[in-house]
Amino acid sequence: MATITFTIDGKPVSGQPGQSILKAAQAAGIYIPRLCAFKDLIPHGSCRICSVRVNGRIQAACVQTISDGMVVENDTPEILEFRKAILDMLFVEGNHYCMFCEKSGLCELQALAYRFGITAPQFPLLNPNRPIDLSHPDVYLDHNRCILCGRCVRVSQELDNKNVFQFVGRGYQKRLQVNGEALAATGLRVADRVTASCPVGALMKKRVGYAVPVGERPFDHQPISAEWHAKQEA
Amino acid sequence: MNAKHKPRIATASLAGCFGCHMSILDLDERILKLAELVEFDCSPINDRKKLTGHCEIGLIEGGCCNEENVQVLEEFRKHCDVLIALGDCALNGGIPAMRNHVPVRECLEEAYLKAPGVWNPGGILPNDPEIPLLLNRVYPCQEVVKIDYFIPGCPPPADAIWDALVALLNGQPVKLAYERLKYD
Repeated sequence: MATITFTIDGKPVSGQPGQSILKAAQAAGIYIPRLCAFKDLIPHGSCRICSVRVNGRIQAACVQTISDGMVVENDTPEILEFRKAILDMLFVEGNHYCMFCEKSGLCELQALAYRFGITAPQFPLLNPNRPIDLSHPDVYLDHNRCILCGRCVRVSQELDNKNVFQFVGRGYQKRLQVNGEALAATGLRVADRVTASCPVGALMKKRVGYAVPVGERPFDHQPISAEWHAKQEA
Repeated sequence: MNAKHKPRIATASLAGCFGCHMSILDLDERILKLAELVEFDCSPINDRKKLTGHCEIGLIEGGCCNEENVQVLEEFRKHCDVLIALGDCALNGGIPAMRNHVPVRECLEEAYLKAPGVWNPGGILPNDPEIPLLLNRVYPCQEVVKIDYFIPGCPPPADAIWDALVALLNGQPVKLAYERLKYD
C-alpha cells in the first residue's frame, strides 16, 4: 500500500491511506488528546478535544483522514487554549465532584485537565439537576458526570450488539437515555464491554470503587499521554 | 516586600469544612519557617477575627453560601494584593454547591420541617437577623470577586500551598507542578 507523508507541528509523519490523523499520530507516538475516541469503534467526532488545525482549518483529528503534504498543527498555544475551553465547558455543564468520585485518578476528563494545568473553571457553573440510576444490581449510571461523548452508545451498539444507550434531545437538552424504564430493565450485563468504556465516572461497576489507592492511580504522577493510550489499546 | 517589612498573610474559611486550613497546618515544621517570614493578619490559625488592614496575600477557603461570606470575601479583595482561592469549594463550590439545583426554600423546608427526626412544632424557618441570609445558590469565589490564583484539591496538598507561598514571597507567579495539581 502507498504511504502517505504529512507533517504534525513541522515533524514528518507517515501513515496509510484512509487512516485518521489521530491514528497516524498515535502510531508515530505523537499525543493528540481525545475523549470520545475508543479502540475498535467507528470515530464519532463529538467531543472535539482532538481538534487540530489542518491546512489552516480546525478539524477533529479522529475523523479527518490524512493526505499527502497535509500540514497539521497540534501542540500550539492556540490549539491548547481551544482544547482548554472545551474541557472547561464539559466541567461546568455537569456536576463533577472529583473529591468523592470513584473515578478520580482514573478519569480521562480529569487527566486532561491535569495535563493542561487547569486550576479552576473560567465559565460560570451550571449545576444542573440530573438523576442517578442505581437500579441495576452491578452497574450504575450517574448522569451528573456524563459528558455525552457517546462511547457507551457506540460500544453497546457496535461491540456488544445491544443498543442499551441512546441520546435524546438536541443541543443543551441532549441527554443519555437507556433502553427501558431504568438500567435494570435493559439487557445490560456487567461483563458487557460497555461497562468498562466510560472515560468519566458516569457508567460505573458497583462495589469496585477506590480499589487503587491514592498515589498509585494512573494519573497521580504521570500525565495522560500517547503511551497511556497505546497501553489501553494493546 | 523589603527586608524591614514582613509580608502579611490573612486566611479565611467561608463555606468550607476547614479541611484546607488543616492542610495549612499540614505544612508541619515549615509553618515555623512561615511564621518567621510573614506576619499573620486575621486567620483561624491565630483566631483573629477581623482584617486589620493591607495584606500581601489572602487565602480563601470555601465558596460563598451566605451574605456574610460575600462580605468577608469582598473585604479580603479590598485589602489583599494577591488573593488565592484555596481548595475545590472556593473555586467550584464543592460539596456545599450540591444544593445549587434545589431552590433555597426547599432546602430550608427539608432541613427544618420535613427531615426525619425534626422537632419544630412552630414550623419556623431560621429568620434571626443574627444569622447570615443564605444566598440562592453557592457561588465559587471567582464568580464574586477577581481571584488571582487557584489551588485546587480537597484539600489541596500542603506542598502545593507551600510552593505557592514560596513563589509569591520570592516575587514569582504561582505555577503548580503536575503532582501538586489535584482535584481530590
